[in-house]
Amino acid sequence: MLGYVIQRLIQAAIVMLAMSALVFVGVYAIGNPIDVLISPDATQDIREAAIRHYGLDLPLWQQYLAFLGRLLQGDLGRSFVLNMPVLDLVLSRLPATLELALASVLIGAFIGIPLGVYAGYRPDSVLSRAIMALSVLGFSVPTFWIGLILILTFAVNLGWLPAGDRGPTVEVLGVGWSFLTWEGLQFLALPALNLSLFKLAMMIRLSRAGTREVMLSDTVKFARAAGLSEYTILRRHVLRLISIPLVTVFGLEFGSTLAFAVVTETIFSWPGVGKLIIDSITSLDRPVMVGYLVLVAFLFVTINLVVDLTYALLDPRLRRGGRAA
Amino acid sequence: MSAPLLEVRDLRTHFFTRAGVVKAVEGVSFTLERGEILGLVGESGSGKTVTGFSLIGLVDPPGRIAGGSIRFDGRDLVGLPPGEMRAIRGKRIAMVFQDPAATLNPVMTIGTQMALAVQAHGGAGERAARDLAGRTLARVGIPDAAARLDAYPHEFSGGMRQRVAIAVALLHGPELIIADEPTTALDVSIQAQILAEMKQLARQSGTALIWISHDLATVSSLADRVLVMYAGRIVESGPVSAVLRAPLHPYTRGLLDSLPAMARPGEKLNQIPGSTPSLLSLPPGCPFAPRCPRATEACRTDPPVVTRPGRLALCHHPLEAAA
Amino acid sequence: MTSFWQEYRENWIAVVALAVVLLVVAAALLAPWITPQDPYDLANLNLRDARRPPGFVGSNGYVHWLGTDAQGRDLFSAILYGLRISLQMGIAAGAVAMALGATLGILAAHAGGRIEQAIMRVVDLQLSFPAILLALVLVAVLGQGKVPLVIALVTAQYAYFARTAYGAATAERQKDYVEAARATPLPGHRVVFRHILPNCLPPLIVVGTVQVANAIALEATLSFLGLGLPPTEPSLGMLIANGFQYMMSGRTWISVYPGVALIVLIVAINVVGDQLRDQFNPRLRR
Repeated sequence: MLGYVIQRLIQAAIVMLAMSALVFVGVYAIGNPIDVLISPDATQDIREAAIRHYGLDLPLWQQYLAFLGRLLQGDLGRSFVLNMPVLDLVLSRLPATLELALASVLIGAFIGIPLGVYAGYRPDSVLSRAIMALSVLGFSVPTFWIGLILILTFAVNLGWLPAGDRGPTVEVLGVGWSFLTWEGLQFLALPALNLSLFKLAMMIRLSRAGTREVMLSDTVKFARAAGLSEYTILRRHVLRLISIPLVTVFGLEFGSTLAFAVVTETIFSWPGVGKLIIDSITSLDRPVMVGYLVLVAFLFVTINLVVDLTYALLDPRLRRGGRAA
Repeated sequence: MSAPLLEVRDLRTHFFTRAGVVKAVEGVSFTLERGEILGLVGESGSGKTVTGFSLIGLVDPPGRIAGGSIRFDGRDLVGLPPGEMRAIRGKRIAMVFQDPAATLNPVMTIGTQMALAVQAHGGAGERAARDLAGRTLARVGIPDAAARLDAYPHEFSGGMRQRVAIAVALLHGPELIIADEPTTALDVSIQAQILAEMKQLARQSGTALIWISHDLATVSSLADRVLVMYAGRIVESGPVSAVLRAPLHPYTRGLLDSLPAMARPGEKLNQIPGSTPSLLSLPPGCPFAPRCPRATEACRTDPPVVTRPGRLALCHHPLEAAA
Repeated sequence: MTSFWQEYRENWIAVVALAVVLLVVAAALLAPWITPQDPYDLANLNLRDARRPPGFVGSNGYVHWLGTDAQGRDLFSAILYGLRISLQMGIAAGAVAMALGATLGILAAHAGGRIEQAIMRVVDLQLSFPAILLALVLVAVLGQGKVPLVIALVTAQYAYFARTAYGAATAERQKDYVEAARATPLPGHRVVFRHILPNCLPPLIVVGTVQVANAIALEATLSFLGLGLPPTEPSLGMLIANGFQYMMSGRTWISVYPGVALIVLIVAINVVGDQLRDQFNPRLRR
């Protein structure tokens, strides 16, 4: 198990390095950011001073090495536009995104898994067909469109929930959270619902497919032969058996939720990192783009690692027998 | 003599598939006394497994019991509400399956799985359930049973896993255990052990046993009586010794001739020519006729029931018992 | 083939979806002939007609059945032209991604060894990374325009095809007849084209169908975020984005109608893809 952890850690480090290089090279190939930074009528001297100041005159590989060195010290550079450290900027926005992503993943799991298990248990019932139709919609309809419809319905037409912004937050551990107050929850509701629909669809599909397969297995037949009630079989046996792929996807999806938050945050003006990246792309704020992408890559790699390790914990065959084939 | 434990009359279990109705079990009747061991023998596809599942009401869709009755201790199980059927399953009729690696839940400890089975019938507490589980494991010969409750199925050998499955079946002291080829997936040496233990456990507790197998030899060492199934029908039944000594039905004869143990050394084994018919398009008359060496024109009509003392066969041309 | 269609016909929802897809494709192809206005010709637009509700008779004398947008475009015309662009982008990206992905996947399965390792490592890494972020970065890097957009979409999607082709090809590789064919002195490419490729096609077609829908959705999302095509040729996503700001004031049609067109197309393609998947999947057959 320890060898496995170390092996996975080394893998993660290599992936991180590759990602940072790709991100850096990709993003630093964009236009000339100096034009954004200083006014067009600035003198040539000011221009060159600024170029030297930001290190933009150095060859790309030197810029990257410097970037990597700073990265290891937690220094992601300064935002050209907002003139503050990128790390501070991203970290100040991150809790809002994490809260949103977590809320939506939880909604997806707690609603999606029961629905999916039911649809897999009774694949031919009318309700199951309705559930599957819902999942087709959740899967295929773009997030931004669902967001618009949610705003139109609940904010504009019904006026039940606020359509944008984060509303009041409560400081805990130096970070503001929305879910602690009723009003904050109201602001969280629509964006979280919006972001969760894709996960919901995915959870429904996965748990349905898993349940269908498990219901036909001898394990379920044997449990039935022992007189277990259908509810006990579903709750204890089936849920346990389908949990391994679900946890994997749950974890991986948490990562992609952070990415999809870009869209949701833009629609709902949610002040998270997703909105930050869109703003930085439009203003060619390269350090922010790089910093954001590196951080997301880091979160991704971390999540993958955690998922792999959880996997090993959930499946006793992996845990005790080392790595099963 | 008291009423039999189980009395099956004209049981018909059909599968309503897209391609047509598969009559997996077609008119099966037999009785089983308390404590009796019955062998149910046939090739794969003969309907023996479906018969077993019909008895505990676990026929998967698109299959269902299309007719007949299953009287268990005086009560007809066919058409029983699901809740009442469930109360019987595991408590009064238990079942053991072929492949223990597939039946036990791989991600749950043996103890938890057994406790669930205990609690399925009456609200035993966690402790009491585990106690019973441990004692039952010990009964089926698992060493250090109480400690093994925390182990996962993959930590047991194949034979031990099947013992665990048998222990699950024994938990509530059922009156009937249906064993569907429980030794087929095991090593030969372990097969014999489990067979002997099963027989002993059944005799000790007075539990009736229906042993489903494709292997006549296994059944001969275990059962009191044997039923031979072919194409969803029971083609011959009777006491094991009598059937083995002098089968009435040509199909039983064919099965016996293909057993290595029954042939003299150096003699060629006789396989039954052809294969089991498709149950979708069964010709009228005797289903075995196309493969039968004794078939005549008469076999195109439904075969009559031939009776001998304690025995039955479904054949136009039964083999006469050697004197 | 006939039996395939027979089975397809049993699911009437899938039949309706297929009809919708064909109808939309036809409408998009014929857009210049069936729309009252060329929405890309700025000379046609009149700001006096802007943001008019459905049914309004504009200064050009014809009825705007779906209303007009903020520039005074006839929405019906704009939607059909937008569908054209969306379909173009989706199909182009889907086709290139399929060709690239299938080639890489089959190459990996066929070549084995280091090439297999290298290709599949990259593919798996990419699959774990959300497509939208990748597309976002690429569009930001490459700038706006159709070609950069297709490149971004292909980069975001080829990995799905590579995975699928690789899975099918390795499963096929292990079958006896391929082993046998490889043992004979046939050239390698014949084995690939005669044996491996045909067996990879069904899953690739299924993934391809769904990925065309995904490409359309992704393009719309990027355009909605203002990172897609230039605003002179608005795709559906941009039409929706442009209408977004007027939604709060009750002028919902500017966003809603293009959105309805978009999701009808996407959902219909997905339903067709689902049905194909079910029919190609032997495990679900009874």
